[in-house]
Amino acid sequence: MLRYSLKRLLSLIVSLAIASVVIFLVIEVAPGDPASFMLGINAQPDTVAALRAELGLDVSKTQRYLSWVGGMLQGDFGTSYTYRTPVTQMIADRVWVSLPLALYALTLSTLIAFPAGIYAASRRGKPGDITVMGATQLGIAVPNFWFAMLLVLVFAINLRWFSAGGFPGWDEGFFVALKALTLPAIALALPQSAILARVMRSSLLDILSEDFMRTARAKGLSRRQALWRHGLRNALVPVLTIMGLQFSFLLAGGIIIEQVFFLPGLGRLIFQAISARDLIVVESVVMLLVFSVILVNFLVDLAYAAVDPRLRSRT
Amino acid sequence: MTLLSIENLSLSIGEFPILKGVTFSIAPGEIVAVTGESGSGKSMTALATMQLLPDSATTSGYIMLSGQNILDLSEPELCAMRGNDVGMVFQEPMTALNPVKTIGAQVAETILVHSDTPRDQAMERAGEMLRRVGLPPERFPLSRYPHELSGGQRQRVVIAMAIAQRPRLLIADEPTTALDVTTQAQILDLLKELVDEFGMGLLMITHDLAVVSDMADRIVVMRHGEIVEQGETRQLFADMKHPYTKALFEASGHQVTLPDVPEAPEPILQVENAVREYALPRKGLFGARQFHRAVDGISFTIHHGERVGLVGESGCGKSTLTRALLGLEALQGGSITAFGKPVGPGTDPGLRAGLQVVFQDPYGSFNPRHRVDRIITEPYHLISNPPTGLERQEAISEALIAVGLKPSDADKYIHEFSGGQRQRIAIARALIIRPELIIFDEAVSALDVSIRAQILDLIADLSESHNLAYLFISHDLSVVRTVTDRVLVMKSGEIVEQGETEEVFANPQHTYTKTLIEAAPVLPDMSHLKEAANVPA
Repeated sequence: MLRYSLKRLLSLIVSLAIASVVIFLVIEVAPGDPASFMLGINAQPDTVAALRAELGLDVSKTQRYLSWVGGMLQGDFGTSYTYRTPVTQMIADRVWVSLPLALYALTLSTLIAFPAGIYAASRRGKPGDITVMGATQLGIAVPNFWFAMLLVLVFAINLRWFSAGGFPGWDEGFFVALKALTLPAIALALPQSAILARVMRSSLLDILSEDFMRTARAKGLSRRQALWRHGLRNALVPVLTIMGLQFSFLLAGGIIIEQVFFLPGLGRLIFQAISARDLIVVESVVMLLVFSVILVNFLVDLAYAAVDPRLRSRT
Repeated sequence: MTLLSIENLSLSIGEFPILKGVTFSIAPGEIVAVTGESGSGKSMTALATMQLLPDSATTSGYIMLSGQNILDLSEPELCAMRGNDVGMVFQEPMTALNPVKTIGAQVAETILVHSDTPRDQAMERAGEMLRRVGLPPERFPLSRYPHELSGGQRQRVVIAMAIAQRPRLLIADEPTTALDVTTQAQILDLLKELVDEFGMGLLMITHDLAVVSDMADRIVVMRHGEIVEQGETRQLFADMKHPYTKALFEASGHQVTLPDVPEAPEPILQVENAVREYALPRKGLFGARQFHRAVDGISFTIHHGERVGLVGESGCGKSTLTRALLGLEALQGGSITAFGKPVGPGTDPGLRAGLQVVFQDPYGSFNPRHRVDRIITEPYHLISNPPTGLERQEAISEALIAVGLKPSDADKYIHEFSGGQRQRIAIARALIIRPELIIFDEAVSALDVSIRAQILDLIADLSESHNLAYLFISHDLSVVRTVTDRVLVMKSGEIVEQGETEEVFANPQHTYTKTLIEAAPVLPDMSHLKEAANVPA
């Protein structure tokens, strides 16, 4: 188990190093010099040069890469070109919206998807299964921003249970902040849970036809006991994979939902930074998202090993 | 006093009748074997007794277990019966255990489901059961997972699970089919001992008459969902009444006639000190790489027109050797020479044309979207100027006729053929390019005995008509004995014995060969049985 974890950790570090190089190079080749963009088209060349020096754009690419990576390792992401504030601070503010939102949405999606998938699998081909599968089909087909608008219309405008948007901040109290995130989380979670429920169902159905499920029934377990004791844990591996992918999507892909609900999250930050050619912010946020994706995959790998003993001993 | 009495049992799945009026019984301590070919309904009879049938199954008749009709029981009553009164052992030990639970927990589960035993006591009893089936907890801790055990050991775990509640009836569905002969013999011995010790009835489902003849008290022969004949084992063998029983018996011990080996033939395949190693995972992050020698310095020669057998148990390196012979993998030492040229991953395709292969699985080894003509002409890719047009059509027809199919079969898809026909198509694919040597890799192992007998006859005929040499790889000693002139016995990557087939079987020199031959189940000698049956005890 330790060996397996160490190997996964090593692969995590290598992936991060490669990702940082790729991100840096891609942003470098993107057209548009931040300094001339900030000063406008009529700027004097020497003014632009001065700004470039101030922004640290006048040294070699290798030097800039090393100072960027070196800074990140110490928690310093540099200074935003446009806002002239530390990027670390900007990201920290937004992460406290995006991360809780992603976790909230993932929790909701799991809470919906697991029972729905298990229910459908245990009633394969029966009306219950068909109903759940129909609902998930709808959940996948309908875009989440449409759900979002529908939720605002019903729960914020008509019923007035929630506010239509905005985020008061965690200082206003845990439940106040959580309440503000509820509608966006539901909007994000519903399509995800539809996918997850289908994966759960098909994964369980695969397992239900395995020989060891028949062995379990031959021991005297009822269908339900066999499903819970022998089916579920075996069915989890594909489900965990999808959950890992979904979390990464939820963290960054909430951009439309953040716009609909006026949430100051990472998605909006990166959107604004790209429009303003604020390359250092773009680089840093993208790197952070890549880090979270790789970290989540690492955690999913560890979860695999926890679920399946065969992975623990495989070296 | 009967334990299980099945009366007039009929079963259909959807609209398809599966069982028709099956009637037989088992007494406590008695071993009854139900035998027949695939589709005979023998496994369905077992599953019906457990009531583990598909949802669409409908049954009629009686399955009386100690006077109670199982067909009348509710699902909760059935759950209380399964595992407690009736235990079941399945065919595939590799997949019959839950991979994510420890063996101790899985055996203890049978006890926990049926009684209020506290968990620690259940684990203790699980340990006793595992010890009884030959897995003492000192050597096989309860915390082991199934993947840490071999096939035979896993089957012992499945048996421990099935007998943990000391059921009155044990059902074993092909319990040794997936195992090596020596392991098979041990598992059969264990089952016999358990029957004696617990006084259980044993319902054994098997396709292998030889396995049955040794241990069953009575035999039930089934075909197409019906019982064609049943009786006390010795009596049945001595005096087979139904033609199907006779045919089955004949096919099980089928002998072929091979043409004589040509005099002073020239060698076509030479293997010298072949070594094939696999890298094992590193022990530590910086430890030296370890290697596993799957093939360890093997040498042999196959001559023109010669039929050579290769026997050995799983893991002995047979498959690795096959891949190396086909030039699919490079050797780490020694050499393989075919028709005077070296064989390896870079081998000239023309050389491969002389060396073809037929694999075991008649279901998985064809592309289902291709027609038969395309499938069997695949080897033409190996030669620079394959026949075209009419010539090609003729070659296809000729190959199909040679394997006993019709030229019109060329336009069909593979799903239109049975397992035996598919294996004929696989042979046609190998033959079409007129190879001098064919490797048969367990080519008849997945077939029913009657089909197997036909394919063996076909192979013998082809060896004459096409002057074919072959390497026949099999775990089945009786088959190898009849279709080969010379045999190689392989163990742990080495050839431990080789010689004339008859000589090796009649007078094995190496202890391993002796063990293999002793463990292999044999059919009883008919003439002896007849005499014995006529003499009153």
